Amino acid sequence: MQLHDVWFVLIAVLWTGYFFLEGFDFGVGVLTRLLARNRPERRVLINTIGPVWDGNEVWLLTAGGATFAAFPDWYATLFSGFYLPLLAVLVCLIVRGVAFEYRAKRPEERWQRTWETAIFWTSLIPAFLWGVIFGNIVRGVPLDRHFEYAGTLGDLFNPYALLGGLVTLTLFTFHGAVFTALKTVGDIRRRARGTARWLGLVTAVSAAVFLVWTQADKGDGGSLVALVVAVAALVMALVANQLGREGWAFALSGLTVAASVAMLFLSLFPEVMPSTLDPAWSLTVTNASSSPYTLRIMTWCAAIATPLVLLYQSWTYWVFRKRIGIQHLAVDAAH
Amino acid sequence: MDLALAPETLARWQFGITTVYHFLFVPLTISLAALTAGLQTAWVRTEKEKYLRATKFWGKLFLINIAMGVVTGIVQEFQFGMNWSAYSRFVGDIFGAPLAFEALIAFFFESTFIGLWIFGWDKLPQRIHLACIWMVSLGTILSAYFILAANSWMQHPVGYRIDKARGRAELTDFWAVLTQNTALAQAFHTLTAAFLTGGAFMVGIAAYHLSRRRHIREMKTSLRLGLVTVVIAGLLTAVSGDTLGKVMFKQQPMKMAAAEALWDGQQPAPFSIFAYGDVRKGHNTVAVEIPGLLSFLANDDFSSRVPGINDVNKAEQQRFGPGDYRPNIPVAFWGFRWMIGFGMSSFALGAAGLWLTRRKFLLPEHLRVGEDEVPRLVLFRRKALGENLTRWYWRLAVWTLAFPLIANSWGWIFTETGRQPWVVYGVLRTRDAVSPTVSQTEVLTSLLVFTALYAVLAVVEVRLLLKYVKAGPPELTEADLAPPTRIGGDSADADKPMAFSY
Repeated sequence: MQLHDVWFVLIAVLWTGYFFLEGFDFGVGVLTRLLARNRPERRVLINTIGPVWDGNEVWLLTAGGATFAAFPDWYATLFSGFYLPLLAVLVCLIVRGVAFEYRAKRPEERWQRTWETAIFWTSLIPAFLWGVIFGNIVRGVPLDRHFEYAGTLGDLFNPYALLGGLVTLTLFTFHGAVFTALKTVGDIRRRARGTARWLGLVTAVSAAVFLVWTQADKGDGGSLVALVVAVAALVMALVANQLGREGWAFALSGLTVAASVAMLFLSLFPEVMPSTLDPAWSLTVTNASSSPYTLRIMTWCAAIATPLVLLYQSWTYWVFRKRIGIQHLAVDAAH
Repeated sequence: MDLALAPETLARWQFGITTVYHFLFVPLTISLAALTAGLQTAWVRTEKEKYLRATKFWGKLFLINIAMGVVTGIVQEFQFGMNWSAYSRFVGDIFGAPLAFEALIAFFFESTFIGLWIFGWDKLPQRIHLACIWMVSLGTILSAYFILAANSWMQHPVGYRIDKARGRAELTDFWAVLTQNTALAQAFHTLTAAFLTGGAFMVGIAAYHLSRRRHIREMKTSLRLGLVTVVIAGLLTAVSGDTLGKVMFKQQPMKMAAAEALWDGQQPAPFSIFAYGDVRKGHNTVAVEIPGLLSFLANDDFSSRVPGINDVNKAEQQRFGPGDYRPNIPVAFWGFRWMIGFGMSSFALGAAGLWLTRRKFLLPEHLRVGEDEVPRLVLFRRKALGENLTRWYWRLAVWTLAFPLIANSWGWIFTETGRQPWVVYGVLRTRDAVSPTVSQTEVLTSLLVFTALYAVLAVVEVRLLLKYVKAGPPELTEADLAPPTRIGGDSADADKPMAFSY
C-alpha cells in the first residue's frame, strides 16, 4: 500500500467522521421542524448539539484541507467543477453557524424565530446537497483531458445523484432522531423514537435502492461487504430503536453512515473523480496526488494529531453526557 | 471580455472582500481569547468578583466575534479550489499542507474547547474550565501561524522545486516553509498587531463606560489591561513592522518601492510623507520627503541605495520576460501609510492614556481617586486635564477601537496587492491562477452572494455587539460563584436548569 492509497483511506475516514458527526447535527436541525412541537422543545433540540456542532464541522474543514494537501487536483476539480452547489453549502454553513451562536443572544421572539427557520433550512439543504455531490463523484462527471469539469450545472442533478441527496437527507435525519432520543428526557424523547421509526423505514428504502444501484454500476467485492454492513446496521438500528436501546440505536445508525461512506469510497477506488468522457481523463489516486515527501509529512502529522482529536472530542461528549429536557433550559434565554 | 468583469478581476475582488472581512474578526479573536483568559485567570487566583464579571463581559463579546470568524473562515478554506483551481493544482503540494495542519491541529482545538468553555461553566471544575479558554487561545495562535506560513510562501517561495513533467511546484523542505524569515516576521507582525487590535477594542469600550461613570470597577481594570496591551503590542508592532519591512526590501523590492512611490533608485533614498504622481510616465509630480530615512528603513544605513520602481521593473523584465511588473502604485503607497498611520495613532492614544491614568504612587494626594471612582486624567505632576480635554480624550479613546481594524485591513491590502502581478512571487502570475472553467456568471454570482450575505451579517453582528457593550458586565448568579467540583457537573438536583443554554 503506497502513501497515496493511505491518504485515500484517510480522506475517506475524515469524510466518514464528518458525516457521522455533522450528520446527526444536520438531522437535529431538520427535526426542529419535524419533531419539535413548540419553542421550548426546539431549544432542547438545539442545545443537544450546542457544545459540539462547531467541532463536528471542523471535520469538513479537515477533509477539505487534507484533500487540498494530499490530492491537489482532486480538490481543484471538485471545488471548481461543483461550484454552485458548493457555494450553496458554504452559504448554508455560514448562516447556520451564526444562527446557533446568535439565536439566544436576544430575547425577542421574532429574532429567535428567524434564526430557528434558518437552522432548519441550512441543515436540510447541505444534508441533501452532500448526497448529490458524492453521488456525482462516484458516478463520474464529464472531465476533459486537463481534468477540468466540462459539464453544466444541470449535469449534476441527474437521477442517481438526486437519489443520493435523498439518502443523505433521510439518513442524517434518522441519525439525528436517534441521537435526540439518546440525549433528551421527557415527551420529546418518546416522540423522537417514533419519528426515528418512520424515518428509518424511508431511509432503508432509499438507501437500499441507491447502494444497490451503486454496487451494480461501480461495485466490487469490498463494496458489497460495506453494502451488506450498511443495510444490516440500518435494520438493526431500527430494531434497537424499537426496543428502546437508544445507545445501540445511535451506534448502529452511526455505523450505517460509516459503512455507506465506506461503500462509496470503495466503489470509487482507485479513481477519485472518474471522467464520463474518457477513462484516461479520470482523476486517480496516482495522477491527482501530491509528492511522496508531502504525503510523508502529512502522514506523520495525521498519525499524531488524529488520536488526540478523537480523545478530546470524545471527552467533550462525556462532559456533556447528561440528557436534556425542557426543565433544564436556563430561564433567561438572552444570555 | 470587458476587463472590469474578467473572471480574474472578479475572483480577485471576491478574495479581497472575503479575506479582509474575515480578517476583521481574526485579530480580535486572537487577542480577546488571550485577554479573556487572562481575566479569568485573575478571577481564579484572586477570587475578586470584578474579574469574573469582566471575564463574562469580554467573553461574551469574544464569542459574538469568534462566531463570525469561524463561519467566514470556512469560505477561506474552499475558495482556493473554487476560484483559483489552477493555483490549487500548481501549489497544492506545498500550500495544502499548512492548511491541513491548521485544520487538524488548530481548528479542532479551538472549536472543541470553545464549546467546552461556553457550556462548561456548570459542567467543569474551575481550573479545568479555565484551561479550556487557554486552549482556545493557543488554538487561535497556532492557526494564525500555519496560515501565515502558507501566505509567506506566496510572498517568498522557499523549500520547493518545479516539476516540469507534472507542471507544478513540489515541496522539498517543509521546515524551511514553516520557519523562513518571512514567516517568522509576518507572524510576529500579525500577532502583535492582533493584540494591538484587541487592546484598543478594550480601551474603546472601557472608555465608553467610564466616560458615563458606569461599571467603574470592571471597566477600570479593563481599561488598564487594554492600555498596557496597546502600548506593549503597539511597540512590538512597530518593531516587527520594521523587521518585516527589511525582509521585504530584500525579497520583494518592488513592493517596497511602490510603498514609497520611489520611481528611480536613489542613494540615499528619502522617506515619502506625501506623493502624487503619474503612473504612466513613472514619476511623482508632488512629493514631500524626509531625506535618508528610507535608506535607513531598508538597510539600517542612512546613506545606502534603494532601488526604485523603474529599476526593479527593468530587472524583472530581464528575468521573467517582457511585461509590466508594477503593482497598483497608489494603492500600495496609500495602503502602507494608512496601515502605519492608523496603527500608530492607536498606539499613541494608548501611551497617552497610560500616562494620564497612571497609578496613585505617581500622583499627588488630591488627584488620587478611590476604587469606585473614574480615574482623573492627569497630565503634569499637579495638573489634571480640564473638563473639555477629558471629554475629548474619552471620545478619542472610544474611536481608537476602530483604528487597528482599519490598519490591519490596509496592511493586508498593501501586502497582497503589492505582490501583483504575482500570486506566488516570481513563480506564478495571478492571471494564470484562476479557475479556467468557472464562468464569469458563476464568479459574479458568488461575489454578489458573499458580499450581500456579509453585509447583512455585519449589520447583525455590530448591533448585537452594541447591545452587549451597552448592557455592561452581567450580575453574577449563585451558580457562577459555586463552580462544580466534578467533571460533568454536580448532580445534586437532576432537574436543575443548566447555567447556560442557547
